[in-house]
This record gives sequence, structure tokens and C-alpha cells, in this order.
Amino acid sequence: RLFVDGKHPSCDSSFFGRREFSFTLENDIYLRYMSFRDASEFEATVCEKRPQKIDIGAVYSVDPAKRLAYANVSNDRVFAPVEKELVFDVDMTDYDDIRNCCSGADICLKCWPLMTIAIKVVDSTLREDFGFDHILWVYSGRRGVHCWVCDARARKLTNEQRASIADYFRVYKGNENNNRKVSLPTHLHPFLARTYSQFLSRYFDEEILIKQSLLHPQENADKVLKLLSGEGMSMQYMSSVYSELPVQLEEKKRNNTLLPDKINRQRWADLQRKLMQKRGIQRELVFTYTYPRLDLEVTKKMNHLLKAPFCIHPKTGRVCVPIDPADCDNFDPTTVPTLPEVLVFRLKHVNSSFSSVSSCSMI
Amino acid sequence: MAFRSIGAGGRAEDGGEDSRGGGAGAGKLSFYEAAPDEEISLEDFEEYALDRLRVLKEIEEARSRGKKMEEMDPLVSDLWRKHMGSDSSKKDVISHFILRLAYCRTEDLRRWFLGIESVLFRHRFRCEMPAAQQKLMDDCNLPYKAMTSAEIEAVKENLESVARSTNQVSNSKMYYKVPFEDVPELVSGRKVYLRRGEAFVPREQLSFLVVGQFRSRLSKALVLTNRKWISFIAGEEKDRLAPMVEALSTRYLGPDYTQPKSSNEIALQDLDQLAKASFPLCMRSLFFQLRDDHHLRHGGRQQLGLFLKLEDALAFWRAEFSRKVGVEKFDKEYAYNVRHNYGKEGKRTDYTPYSCVKLIMSTPGVGDHHGCPYRHFSEDKLRASLGGLGLNSRQVSSALEKTRSQHYQLACAEVFEAVHGCSSDGINHPNQYFEQSRALLQQPKVKQMCSFSFNDTVEFFSQEEPASGGENNNNDANEEKTTLMIS
Repeated sequence: RLFVDGKHPSCDSSFFGRREFSFTLENDIYLRYMSFRDASEFEATVCEKRPQKIDIGAVYSVDPAKRLAYANVSNDRVFAPVEKELVFDVDMTDYDDIRNCCSGADICLKCWPLMTIAIKVVDSTLREDFGFDHILWVYSGRRGVHCWVCDARARKLTNEQRASIADYFRVYKGNENNNRKVSLPTHLHPFLARTYSQFLSRYFDEEILIKQSLLHPQENADKVLKLLSGEGMSMQYMSSVYSELPVQLEEKKRNNTLLPDKINRQRWADLQRKLMQKRGIQRELVFTYTYPRLDLEVTKKMNHLLKAPFCIHPKTGRVCVPIDPADCDNFDPTTVPTLPEVLVFRLKHVNSSFSSVSSCSMI
Repeated sequence: MAFRSIGAGGRAEDGGEDSRGGGAGAGKLSFYEAAPDEEISLEDFEEYALDRLRVLKEIEEARSRGKKMEEMDPLVSDLWRKHMGSDSSKKDVISHFILRLAYCRTEDLRRWFLGIESVLFRHRFRCEMPAAQQKLMDDCNLPYKAMTSAEIEAVKENLESVARSTNQVSNSKMYYKVPFEDVPELVSGRKVYLRRGEAFVPREQLSFLVVGQFRSRLSKALVLTNRKWISFIAGEEKDRLAPMVEALSTRYLGPDYTQPKSSNEIALQDLDQLAKASFPLCMRSLFFQLRDDHHLRHGGRQQLGLFLKLEDALAFWRAEFSRKVGVEKFDKEYAYNVRHNYGKEGKRTDYTPYSCVKLIMSTPGVGDHHGCPYRHFSEDKLRASLGGLGLNSRQVSSALEKTRSQHYQLACAEVFEAVHGCSSDGINHPNQYFEQSRALLQQPKVKQMCSFSFNDTVEFFSQEEPASGGENNNNDANEEKTTLMIS
């Protein structure tokens, strides 16, 4: 059983009643425009309907469940979204073209740093550039993270303003028909410059290069080279980077497992030397492999519904737990509690509530 | 007729000369805060409105051709002079308020009017003298504070950084502190320095601030006007003004692609052939991607689905998708979306197929194939695709050049011409490309000619299929015509 404490410390007692929720039931039945008078009505309905997934939408001008009563007022949209948190969705599948360890719905500790970077960049920018303070980060349960900005100022943003914030963050422009993913001007906007020096280049050197083994073996390295091949640099020129790598036979003998790390570092250093004249390209490379890739459509519209925090992900059973952005380096998605674990915990420690747990059957 | 009762949109009538813009001189720009208090004839009523509509329409056309800001400024000035005259304050204000009536009635109309009037305002503002600009700002009580030199000094480096990153010279001494909500275009393009929610806007980009204000005021006014129109006017003016006002908005709209014309409905079995012959590149590549992969992501499904408007769309999508994901999964996860697009679920809106501008502005990401190919494909990929359409290298180069200078729709028009042997009427919409293509290809036994531009007297004429196999040199009367024929 799960639910969000939707009580918002606002003077407006109708606020909760005008919030849209959606339930996804078994057999993929989808119920939209649900709303509840208060937390206990919400709890009762959840227990009754046992949704597999609960999404949170906007706060509307009237209770969503009663919207049809207003449907006759012509032309003007009496039923319209009034407030909604500013939200962001980062999904690991958007990084598939640069992940060497997993793809699709899988994640592991080698690619999770990409999410860490996303959290740090987006969080710091929302605070420093946009002045927001009340920011909640949540693990999405499987392969990404969600961000909820709850400041009053954020809740009142129009769709156009949300779109402008999403575009402010937008750097990556690749799609299936175009290899050239990142294209930056020579001189960066302070936000991008700060992002690069504070986060991207550090995480690239210390995490991504090594964990993704970007430059070793050859087939990984070739993927990187391919990105560079449009820049007036032939493949032969680029692969000459490797012939410069000194063969260190003693290393090989000493400790085999360290060798790939060393090779990656060495190659990256060589590559940087080669790209010296074209520093912009080196930077673009780092951006390509680290910069956050947001699902812009989620952010742009007020009426977009997003999974509620503390839900159980229907496919993994994991609880959508919050992530502390200040400590997100230590977040491990593989150890997030699952529903069975939570229930066992409750059984052990909260005996008196056992009956209420079992009356709302497992979701 | 008097405007006073309907136009003001809620704000108290000032009635003063200045606020109406009748004061200082020709073409004085205003925020249209106060409705005009004039009597005009019904003929003028219509003429003023139509003239303004012409200006707005031509602005839209120019924008869709990708004209830049600097090019638009003189263009707008010329258009204004041409259609509105040089002593135009009265006409300006009156025509604006008439069009408010015409365009307040639905959300789509409001959105269009708001957008295009904002563009018009922006360029007129930019062409004003600095003193007039400042006065406009002051008059309208824009709530923005100028920054003190100490404040500017504290963030000087960052301000310069932003200017450099957008290739602008930063010798501005004046900066304004503005909430970021009020300058979405600057935020979008990372053209401004932000700190804790405040944007530091230099004088040169003042127009964004002012236009933003204009936009939000007009937006509110339109909603109020609509309410008044419904409750007050529609009854009283039902037979006099209402028909004219309603006609004004539909007159602007070009072909309406919301309702598919029955003659254009596409049959499933003809799809492949049609795709090869008549689809624009954007839809063609999506279509064949779907055929190859039996799958498309959401953006691609939207774009192609709305374009096709098939009679039995559900069958089409099911047939394709079920090959990859199976019928059950299709019915569970995708069928809802297809029906939604056709207005059979949820909001029950019959969505309009996307126009070129919308495709150009879309943002395909990893795994996506949609958007406008002239914008979103890499040059190599575009070259290969155009080659696949049968263009020769000269035609391909010509189209590529247009894309390099960001004239995506012109590139598409070039390709249309190369494929069909005849130029188009301009491409603003994929369905328009398709219709024009069908129109050309469905001329059964008539060989059509495109008229030469260098000789105005050449007539458009048709030629029967010659019984003698095309040799006409035995007929003197025909000789002149034959030498002009395109083979």
C-alpha cells in the first residue's frame, strides 16, 4: 500500500479536491480525471480499486471528477489547469547511443552516474538560475529519475514558460537520422560553462570514461571516433591515436584488471592532445557523453501526468523513493527497497498495523 | 457604429488622445488599451479589417519562409505603409479592435491572432526611435527596474559572456531586471543571463520585454472580449455584424485540413504507390521507416497518423505494428492513441495535421524519425534520401543549399519541382504537398505545360495525344506553338 501525503500547507482547502489523479488498473484499464475530497477518500478509493500505478496531474479550476457539470459553458474553457508543479523526467533509454553496458530498460551501476550527473546539473541550475527552492527528486522505479519543483512560482508557470525552461536546458539534438548530436558555440553561455567546469568534465574523467570504457576495446573507441569523423578528421588520422599508445608489457603482467582503465585514460589523454587545436570539439564530446537528456515534452505541458512518488513500479516492484540531490552520488538504484521487502519490514516492526496492511491487498 | 460598448476588454476608458494613439503622429504605436470612440461606416468597417488582415497574413507567410528578424523589420514597415497608409493611427486602432472581435471566438483563433499581432507589434516597435520606445515603455508602466551600475558591475563578466555566446556586441550601459517568466524567448534561446529567477536584459533586447507585455495584455483582453461578445452582442448584432465578423476569420484561413475532403481519402491498398509518388519527404521517410521496422515512436506516429487521415487507420496501424509487437499489445498500448487522434477518445478533438512550421520546430530525439528532414537530417542522410527520390546531383545540390541557409520549405518546394517537373504553389503543409502532387498526377490525358515567366503571352494550353506521334511540322499554324513546348 502506498500513497503520497497530498496535504499542502495552503490556505486553499479546495486545492486537494481540484488535483487530478489517474489510476492504471489491472488489464491496463486507465482512469483519468480522478479527484478526491481529502486524504481519507483517496485512501479508500485506492484500497477499493487497487491501481497498479498512480499518476499525479495538475490542479484544475474545478474538481476534475465534476468537470462534466461545467461542460455546457460554451467556448471559454471553464475546466482548465490552474497550477501544476514544474516537472522533469530523465530516462536512461535516451542515453542508449552512448551506453556500452546496458540498453533499453536495464540499468546498472556503470551507467547510473549518468543520472547522478543529470540530477546535479538540473538541480543546481533550477536553484541558481531560476531561483527555485522546493525541489523533490524521485527514483522512477526502474530506469530514471523524476524531478518535482513545488515552489508557488513554479506551479503557476504557463505552458510557454515551462517550454522556455525546457529549451534552456536543451543541448542534445541527435535523432536517428543525424549523428551530429551536440553543437555548441565557441563561447558558452555562463550556465553551460559552469555546468561543464563544475560537473561534466569531472564526471567524464572520473566516472563515464572508465565505467563505460569509452575508448577500449577498439569497437568502443570506434564509436567515439565516428562522432568525430564529421569534423574534417579522417578515420586514419584518428586511429593513429592508438598507435601512439605505448605497449606496457610489464603492466599487463602485473595486473590485468587495471589495464583497461589505464588504456582508457591514456587514450583519452592522447585524444585530447590531438584535439588541442579544436578544443570546442573536445568539449562537445564531453557534453555528448554526460550532459543531461531530458524528456522535454513532460516539462512543457501543464496537463502532463507523472507517476506519484512512493508508488511501486509495476514491473520491478521497487518503491519510487526520493533521492537527496546533495547526496545523490551515493544513491544505489539496485538496493532500492521492493514491495515485498517493505511488507516484511512492517510485519517485523509494526505488528499492530498488520491487519490494515493485509486488508488492502498487494498492489 | 460605436465601439465603446464592446472593445475595451475591461479596462476603464481613458478617452484621451495619447492612449488612443491619435496624438503625436502617423503610425504611433500603442498597446490598444482603449477602444476607439468613433463612428464608421460598415464599408470602412470591412475594408479596415481586411487591410489589416492582409498585413498579418503576409507577415505569417514571410515568417514561414524563414526570414530573420533584421529582414522582417523593413518588410513589416513596407507592408504597413502599403495596406494601412501613412496616416494610419485611426485605421490602426479600429482595425485592431475589429479583428479582436473576429478572432476572440475560439482558442485556436485567439492563439493565432495573439501570435501574429505580437510579431507585428515587435517589428513596429523595433523600427521606432529610441525616444518613442522609451516613452511607450514609460506610458504603459512596465514594471521593470533598471539596474544600477554597481549591480551591473557585479555581474559584468557573465553579461559579457552571454553576449559573446550569442554573437552580440555588449556595449550596453542599460540593463533591466526582469522575472524570467516575462522573457520566454530569451530564456529559450539561452540569450540572457539568469540569476535566482531574474533575467538581466540589455537595452537592445528591450523589445522582448515590451512585446511580452503586449502579448499578455492582449491575451487577457481577448478572453474578456469573447465573453462580452457571447453574452451581449451576438443577440443584438446577429444579423448585422456577426456574419461579417465571423466571415473575417474563416476568410483568412487557407485550406482547412481538419476535415479531410472525401476525394482525398486514401485507400489502404494504394498507400505504397502513393507514398512513392506523392508524399513529401517528411512523410515518405516515416512511412517507409514504419514499413521496414513495423514500429514508430510517438512523435512519428503522431506526425504520420495525422497526415494520413485514413478511412480505416486502425487497421493500417494494427497491420504494421502487430508484425513487431503482436496484435494484443497493439490493442492494449497503441490503439487508444490512434483513436484519440481521430477524436474518438478523451477530449474528442479531431486533431489538425501538423503544418510545416510545426514540423520544423519539433524536437526529434534518440530513436525518433519525425520532424522536417530538411531541418533534422544530416546532410549525408538528406543527400541519400533525395537521391532515392530520383533527383540528379544538380537538383540535390540546389536543395541542399536551401537547407544550409535554413530555407527548409523552399528546399521542399525545389524537390517537389524536381520530382513533378512543375513548380508548386509554395509548401506550407505536408497535406498541401500531397494534394498538389495528386492534382498534377491525376490529369489523365492532358499534357500540361508550365508557363514561361519570360514571355507573358504564352498561354497555358493542352495538347491532345497526337495521332501522328508528336510530329507537327506539317502544319504551319501549329509551328509557333510547338517550338514553345517543353519536351
